[in-house]
Formats: sequence, C-alpha cells, structure tokens
Amino acid sequence: MCHQTVGLIAGALERCGIATTSVTMLKEVTVKVRTPRALAVPYALGYPLGKPGDPALQTRILRAAFALLDVPGPGPVLADFSAA
Amino acid sequence: MASLSDLSLKNRIFMATYRYRALDPVPFARPRFPLREARVALVTTGGVHLPSQIPFDDEMKGGDVSFREIPKDTDVATLGIAHKSDAFDQAGFRADRNLGFPLDRLREMEASGAVGRLAPRALSFMGSISAPGRLVKETAPEAAALLEADGVDVVLLVPL
Repeated sequence: MCHQTVGLIAGALERCGIATTSVTMLKEVTVKVRTPRALAVPYALGYPLGKPGDPALQTRILRAAFALLDVPGPGPVLADFSAA
Repeated sequence: MASLSDLSLKNRIFMATYRYRALDPVPFARPRFPLREARVALVTTGGVHLPSQIPFDDEMKGGDVSFREIPKDTDVATLGIAHKSDAFDQAGFRADRNLGFPLDRLREMEASGAVGRLAPRALSFMGSISAPGRLVKETAPEAAALLEADGVDVVLLVPL
C-alpha cells in the first residue's frame, strides 16, 4: 500500500511542476500505479535504503534515485539499482 | 527485490484482488535545475512523527491520509513511528530511521554540495492506505501546495 501512496503523492507533485524520484521494493505495484520515476532496489519490504547503519550504501541508493531525474522521459521511468 | 508472494497469506489475499489506482496520464515535470542547484524535499510513508505531534491513527478504516511536517533540523532518532503494519519487518527502520526517512543522508548531500538546498520541512505520510480517495483529492494536493510554497524543485519519496 505504501508503494501506491508514494505513486499517488508523486502524481500530485508532478502536476504542480515539481519533479519527483522514488525508491521501490515492489516493482509490480509501482508498474501498476505508473509512478513517474522509481528506482527498484533488491531489498525486502521495510528496507528501502538497503541496510540500517550503512550510510555509504544508503547514499549510493539516493544518488542512483536522483540520477533518474536526468532521464529525459516521458514517464514512467523505472530502473534497477545494482548493489554490485 | 521483494515480491507480493513474500507477504503473509492474509495480505496476499487482499493484494491479489486489490485494484490499484494508476496515474493516467503520467504527469512528468522536468527538473528546473541540476540537483546541485535544486531545493530538495523528502517525503516518506513510514508514518514517522515528532514526539510533540499526534501520532497517525493505525486503526482508521481505509487508512489515515493525514501527514505531518518534520523540520529539516530534526534529530531523526527522536521520531516516533506510528506504522505498525504486519506486512513487513520493521526492525531495520526502528534501528535506523534513515532507512526510510534519510534526512541525515540528505543533510550530508547538502553539506557536500551534491544537493543544492534541503527544504525547510520534510513530510511524513502513513502507510497502509487502502482507500486513497481523500489522499488523491485532498491531502496529496495540500502537501504539494506546501512544498510548492517552500520553493521545492525536486522531491524524493520513500515507501516502507
């Protein structure tokens, strides 16, 4: 349900001209909702930024999510995060 | 990657028949500035709240569609978590709020210049909203108007 909520809030923001990016652990839901920009991460629900207490990994995920802003579109833009 | 098949039987049955709301058409705003010049805001659905704020209502039918404003200088370790969904493991988030509310990481990116400026407030929504009618009609547009008033260019959204 969290993933649907993220997509719907992103929609409201984009309609105001604010660009959004997001993280998803449930690609199948994000595809259905058509979230404008989302980075799919290979982690369990509850772990969107990978691991607790791992700032380096968390920052890498954030940088990859922000990098989706450079994709020209049109949306939805969905990319996979590679931890390797 | 998580999958719907990881969920408990109760949640799987619910999700199998659930009709998701889709964005149609998909609104798609181009960023006005490069990230290093942009004003960035954080939005979570982790249900975090300041100790002084009324927690979200985890029992509300269809879900609690309200949101809380979290000032950018908040110590994330002090935040309460109202999201008690049994659909996922909360241990990580409770150990490190940055896992779903990465305010410390964004402050570091602001300090290093990777992000232009962090908006004065982040917003926290609740998860488990199965009836999103009022979210779509009222609270999401209200949140967007607040962030627009803050001069926000880019928003990062993180689900739990």
